[in-house]
Amino acid sequence: MVKLLHDSYTTFKTIFVGMGVTFRHLFSKSVTVQYPDQRDVLPDRVRLKLHVNIDDCIGCRLCERACPVDCITIGTIKSTDDDDLGETSTGHKKKLWLNEFDIDMAKCCYCELCVHPCPTDCITMVEDYEYSVYDRENLILSFAEMTPDQIKEAQAKFEREEAEKEKQKEAKRRAREQQSNDSNDTAGNGNAGESET
Amino acid sequence: MLEFLESIMPAGPLAVFVFSIIPLKIILVYALFAIWLERKVAGHMQDRLGPMRVGGWHGWAQTIADLVKLIQKEDIVPAKADRMFFKMAPFIAFGASYGAFVAIPLSSSYIGSMFDVGIFYIVAITSLLSVSIIMAGWASNNKWSLLGAMRTAAQTVSYEVPTVVTILSVIVVTGSLNLMEVTEMQSGNTFLGFLPNWLIFHSPFMVVAFGLFFIASLAESHRVPFDLPESESELVGGYQTEYSGMRWGLFMLTEYADMLLLSLVGVTLFFGGWNSPFGSFLDGPLWGAFWMLFKGMVLVFVMMWLRWTLPRLRVDQLMNICWKYLIPLSFVNLVLIALWVMLF
Amino acid sequence: MATVKEKAPEVSLTDLGEAGDGLRTQEMVINMGPQHPSTHGVLRMELTLDGEIVVRAVPHIGYLHRCFEKHCESMNDYTKIIPYADRMDYVAAMSNELGYVVAMERLLDIQVPERVEYIRVILAELQRIASHLLAVGTFGLDIGAFTPFLHCFIEREKILDIFEKASGARLLYNYIWVGGLMNDVPADFKRDTAAFVKSFRPAIKDLNDLLSYNKIFLERTANIGVLPGKVAINYGVSGPSLRGSGVKWDLRREDPYSIYDRFEFDIPVGKGEAGTTGDCWDRYIVRVHEMVESLKIIEQALDGMPDEGDVQESIPKKIRPPEGEIYARTETPRGELGYYIISDKSTSPFRIKARAPSFVNLSVVSAISVGAMVADMVAIIGSVDIVLGEVDR
Repeated sequence: MVKLLHDSYTTFKTIFVGMGVTFRHLFSKSVTVQYPDQRDVLPDRVRLKLHVNIDDCIGCRLCERACPVDCITIGTIKSTDDDDLGETSTGHKKKLWLNEFDIDMAKCCYCELCVHPCPTDCITMVEDYEYSVYDRENLILSFAEMTPDQIKEAQAKFEREEAEKEKQKEAKRRAREQQSNDSNDTAGNGNAGESET
Repeated sequence: MLEFLESIMPAGPLAVFVFSIIPLKIILVYALFAIWLERKVAGHMQDRLGPMRVGGWHGWAQTIADLVKLIQKEDIVPAKADRMFFKMAPFIAFGASYGAFVAIPLSSSYIGSMFDVGIFYIVAITSLLSVSIIMAGWASNNKWSLLGAMRTAAQTVSYEVPTVVTILSVIVVTGSLNLMEVTEMQSGNTFLGFLPNWLIFHSPFMVVAFGLFFIASLAESHRVPFDLPESESELVGGYQTEYSGMRWGLFMLTEYADMLLLSLVGVTLFFGGWNSPFGSFLDGPLWGAFWMLFKGMVLVFVMMWLRWTLPRLRVDQLMNICWKYLIPLSFVNLVLIALWVMLF
Repeated sequence: MATVKEKAPEVSLTDLGEAGDGLRTQEMVINMGPQHPSTHGVLRMELTLDGEIVVRAVPHIGYLHRCFEKHCESMNDYTKIIPYADRMDYVAAMSNELGYVVAMERLLDIQVPERVEYIRVILAELQRIASHLLAVGTFGLDIGAFTPFLHCFIEREKILDIFEKASGARLLYNYIWVGGLMNDVPADFKRDTAAFVKSFRPAIKDLNDLLSYNKIFLERTANIGVLPGKVAINYGVSGPSLRGSGVKWDLRREDPYSIYDRFEFDIPVGKGEAGTTGDCWDRYIVRVHEMVESLKIIEQALDGMPDEGDVQESIPKKIRPPEGEIYARTETPRGELGYYIISDKSTSPFRIKARAPSFVNLSVVSAISVGAMVADMVAIIGSVDIVLGEVDR
């Protein structure tokens, strides 16, 4: 009987104590933010969206390699000797055309591992979190600024130069071979190899 | 009031129709308001704001928007369900609680029907609710629904006993089952002068009786801490699991209508019904309706307050409380009140 | 396209049993989950019920399996594993990172600077509080109390704000790196943390008033799902669930890693105040007490933390551990997290195995839930506090 009375006393006491707590909270200030009207102030380091300052990119692919989910795709074309791609703001010399720099934000896991290795600090996390889209394809962000024509041109130019270089190399090699053959010849040692080339 | 309506309406049946749907309008408007209030109370107790966008001022139109959404939704009936009973259950549930409003005196000039057995009728017709819930649970052909329905059956049947016994203890004092007469008895002031002549101030045992009635009515309307039938963290949705769209909305409406009904019954029995708390000040038919609903809403608010404070009991503990504590206590209380009435 | 029409599988019912007065009864098989609101994710419990009494409970897992181990072995860099380790126990990512990093540093034999160690301890303890807040809140939610859950979340948000300022992320941080940290903590880290510690103690009192000592809550959790200490040890249960059974075992004390041997703190154990030692309420209250102990550690660490120092000085340029293997264990909010790493001298691990505390703790659920009611099942699962991301990995 005593236990029963004690039990019912504690039951009502704890219920009223709990009701007191909720009643106090009824008049305390709300902690929520009315989102589209008010916005939280986000800290500087927030990781919400990747952004690439393509002018500073040197195409070193360090970010691509650092990504644990392979969401960065970089395509580069070597520039020819007569092209001057300029320098990045950090003073690195750019040597590659960037024909492709895609980041698939649908795959991205926001780990920021790609940001740290970048030698020119051109890939960064920015404070933009309102980029939901209807089609997943639209989450692929393309940062490369080259038009297809430019790509074709750069490719062609590179191939031309490559071919030229190849030719030069070939010529050089032949010249060297010629030379060595000549020297061999002067040594008066066989003539089998030349007739084939 | 019916006479008044008949005098301004051209046709008699139309007057009767208007007369009889007044409670429905009250329920619908009240439900819109109560659901909004529940969200607001919950929000502020949890340091949130609750709905804020729809309709401008503190999201007052949120429930209307929800209602529009519910009406638009597809009426899904599970393939293996018993179609007829599945579709019928929500209507019976709402009918049961709507039917009970007929005997509630909403104001000194409005009562649906001057039953001489008013309170008895209310107790009887609300029992239909458990039938409809079992119907819903069984017809859904879902194990969770079945468990929820079985719990409800046990709960409602058990808690009807203390409810009826506490109501009986009020009847002992009033000597009438007609709620209008019960209310009229409570007008004026007590001999102390400042307290209204409400039944709760009749004797200390009446306070106990009200406590018992309130606990039992929480269980009857399936509110926390007795919300076992639809306890969402255990039984998914209880008997409502398979329902969607407007049929689910009707169940929701029933829940809120039930809350109001039991609060109004409590107000009528213990807090003077439509009587003004200030004697003859602010009294009259319209003020009567206001006081009635205001007192009812206070009790509804307490129910909400409890809901956002307390955890939920387990089904066997629920039965323990009913059979081991509430029923013996209510019987003892009935005897004590009867003695009080005999002696004074 | 033709749809395959399958015959609905017959409900597997056991033989008709005989109750008291020749009344024939059947057991009912019911699936709790994977879409059940209180299985904390995608756990499926196959319950065999006799009325509402649980006769048998079989957990089915694997709905969230992500090949953590094989994924890590296919990475070409040890650093890339950290984001994956984050995703194991996603409500306590810092602790997971710390576990992996401690293992790697032992394998590589790196001594990290003092300042880094202090920051790591503070972060790990903050994470412990955040994780326990979630566990305690959702446990209340399972019992039916909604408000304490959101009150807990208010405090948890404060911790996440501190983390966000430091790392930039709120949930999956990738902040603790092998040999150091991703960035130095912001300048107001110490002030923020001290402010949190100050504001958190009254919040615990509120929680105790609202939930812990509420009679209905006590009725629901005391004497339910009793896990005796011996059984817990036999099943390999660790963390608060083990301590709730009265076993004083905490790796921060028994096998100190990082700099935990420098701090003064108590190890709360379940004493059976409300019912039997090792019931759901004991497991719950151990978590509440542990949050207070974590506050003590944080206060001491804030006092001892050096103000200056490079947090990245001992980060290796390229991680290429010597041939060998390591097993390192740490105390996460859920228990003993062990990483077993075999290195074959290449840049990726030859084999990596994680001993996830939730996975082991889950195994005890079916043992302690026999004879409970359906409503108790929810309490038991909630009190063991599993995270399905870690169970399935």
